[in-house]
Amino acid sequence: MLEIKNLCVSIENKEILKNINLKIRAGEVHVVMGPNGSGKSTLASILAGKTQGYDVTGDVFFKEKNLLMMSSENRSHEGLFLGFQYPVEIPGVTNIYLLKAALNAKRKTQGLPEVDAMDFLKLVKEKIRAIGMETDFLSRAVNAGFSGGEKKQNEILQMTVLEPNLAVLDEIDSGLDIDALKRVSQGITAFMRPDRALLLITHYQRLLDYVKPDYVHVLVNGQLVKSGDHRLAIDLETKGYAWVSNEK
Amino acid sequence: MSTALHHLLDKEYQHGFVTQIDSDTLPCGLSEDVIKIISAKKNEPEFLLQWRLKAYRAWLKMSEPHWANLKYDPIDYQKISYYSAPKLKKQVKSLEEIDPEILKTYEKLGISLREQQHLAGVAVDAVFDSVSVATTFKEKLSELGIVFCSFSEAVQTHPHLIQLYLGTVVSQGDNFFAALNSAVFTDGSFVYVPKNVRCPMELSTYFRINAANTGQFERTLIIADEGSYVSYLEGCTAPKRDENQLHAAIVELIALKDAHIKYSTVQNWYPGDKEGKGGIFNFVTKRGLCRGENSKISWTQVETGSAITWKYPSVILKGDHSVGEFYSVAVTHHHQQADTGTKMIHIGKNTKSTIISKGISAGKGQNTYRGKVQILKKSENARNYTQCDSLLLGSQCGAHTFPFIDVKNETAQVEHEASTCKISEDQLFYCRQRGLSVEDAISMIVHGFCKTVFKELPMEFAVEAQKLLGISLEGAVG
Ligand SMILES: Nc1ncnc2c1ncn2[C@@H]1O[C@H](COP(=O)(O)OP(=O)(O)OP(=O)(O)O)[C@@H](O)[C@H]1O
Ligand SMILES: [Mg+2]
Repeated sequence: MLEIKNLCVSIENKEILKNINLKIRAGEVHVVMGPNGSGKSTLASILAGKTQGYDVTGDVFFKEKNLLMMSSENRSHEGLFLGFQYPVEIPGVTNIYLLKAALNAKRKTQGLPEVDAMDFLKLVKEKIRAIGMETDFLSRAVNAGFSGGEKKQNEILQMTVLEPNLAVLDEIDSGLDIDALKRVSQGITAFMRPDRALLLITHYQRLLDYVKPDYVHVLVNGQLVKSGDHRLAIDLETKGYAWVSNEK
Repeated sequence: MSTALHHLLDKEYQHGFVTQIDSDTLPCGLSEDVIKIISAKKNEPEFLLQWRLKAYRAWLKMSEPHWANLKYDPIDYQKISYYSAPKLKKQVKSLEEIDPEILKTYEKLGISLREQQHLAGVAVDAVFDSVSVATTFKEKLSELGIVFCSFSEAVQTHPHLIQLYLGTVVSQGDNFFAALNSAVFTDGSFVYVPKNVRCPMELSTYFRINAANTGQFERTLIIADEGSYVSYLEGCTAPKRDENQLHAAIVELIALKDAHIKYSTVQNWYPGDKEGKGGIFNFVTKRGLCRGENSKISWTQVETGSAITWKYPSVILKGDHSVGEFYSVAVTHHHQQADTGTKMIHIGKNTKSTIISKGISAGKGQNTYRGKVQILKKSENARNYTQCDSLLLGSQCGAHTFPFIDVKNETAQVEHEASTCKISEDQLFYCRQRGLSVEDAISMIVHGFCKTVFKELPMEFAVEAQKLLGISLEGAVG
């Protein structure tokens, strides 16, 4: 589904990602872990189409298409979703308005008619209940005044409404309380199907108790230094990043 | 600005066509004779001619005001024609008598003057160049005693009301443009709603400047008698022309005891081209008088057009417990300049005013909010709330705020809030990641910014306003 080949990214001559190679097939769950500042969010942003200030070389293919040539919105229509580490606030725009606009934008590219307002409300209410969020979030401005955990849950809500093929979730588990972590994890588990894939960025093993990864990759200093299965995450939790860096 | 914001195309002004019709146009220039001709053409009573001449003499002694934050070349008042009317078979009695070209013009603008084709609930008075060409739903309204007609017609049919109220809110010598209008105004709309009548439909006037080198000077007078209610809408467009055209209108509103007037404008005069050539100079005096107790006047405006906007819809809160409201969205793009705002003058006790102003600047547009809240000595317990927000798109535009607050009574409560924001790269990236185009993302965010004002507009107008905003901001960021 996603293939990253020799991806290098720099900003103002500062190398942030170095020669990244990664292949994600449908049905797989990949996890990227790594110290602060190692380049995890940069990788996610590049995949989602952020261009501002970045020098990018290498290739990325998503569903066999050249991803780096596509606009952010086209990537989204193709089925790529990014759950942001820091979801931005948009005052004055209600959550439901954004959700509906987003869904309709995607439907338009698929040649489908806009969703009917009533049907949409029904759909969104189902999804929001499944995540266990209050429905009054829908009428609040996008992320405005949301707590850190609420913002993360809101990302999951958007993901479940848009039903992407590949979801890149950047520290979706940070800032969640115990119950919210459980609900978000359930949301992610329910999302996973054989025709979908996940790229989870996280610092903690605890999310992986709920969502079993097929691969764990360690990103240090812009380089993927180690890959393994879920046991790698457990090892990291006990031994720290110094262990992988030293081993190398 | 950034690459993400760059690639939008500019959409052209959509109402820029010219209609080919025969018109009766006076040569350029202004003098007492010209005023006498206008008055005679309109078969006006003597008092009105004298009233005009008094205004003209006052105007001669005045000079063009330049305190506003606007830059433009001097206007030559002798190069303007002060009267242009489509040639009509004298009095138009039915729509069949209107030049089909004019009907077509309005249809192109999306306004049907044929009653049966109307959306339920909107009566229209159409003003083409200087004269009113059609008023729809007249009979239905007259059953309720409501007078809704062109100003010239009202002069013939209700001269006493004109004599009683004309100039009582905006006097002939009020300001330079008001004096000019008072001297040469040619038509406009007139509304009288009798006691305790709630006008069952929106009343609407559509202004269109067609002829070249003409000024448009309409005068609107709305009187809501005790306990009545009326909602009035005003829309405007003009053809594209390379020269600037002058529009100097006056609107006077009078609300008697317990009456409520709601006045909404969607102003979309031709704004000039991308380089700032052409466009309407819009110098307008709009003022409402809450004359009776518990009366209320609400102004809502969406200003997207004109090269220059000079406009301060105001309310004089004379009656005790009266309420004044001003909701405004003003957009300036390319080289447009807007200096707009309001005045709330509290005279009565327990009077209350609300000002919500949203300024959006893009391109090289300059947007100025100028507001005055004045609480006179005898106005006990007056309250005002002002909120003034600016949104900037791009880095070459400007937003300016000049609030004046003058409180002479210490029981007053006056609140003022202001903010300025930009649409951030991060917001756009977020929306695009969710599948929205840059254009849709901007229009969504702008709409969110203006929502509190849009919700004051009548339904059909709100939809139109939102579309207009989208169009006038296309290509706005870059
Ligand atoms: N616009 C920028 N200009 C300069 N440096 C940047 C910019 N964006 C990111 N960086 C740098 O790139 C490096 C990687 O940042 P990134 O946000 O990808 O880290 P991360 O792995 O997600 O960290 P964390 O775990 O703290 O979220 C950091 O050193 C950061 O300071
Ligand atoms: Mg990060």
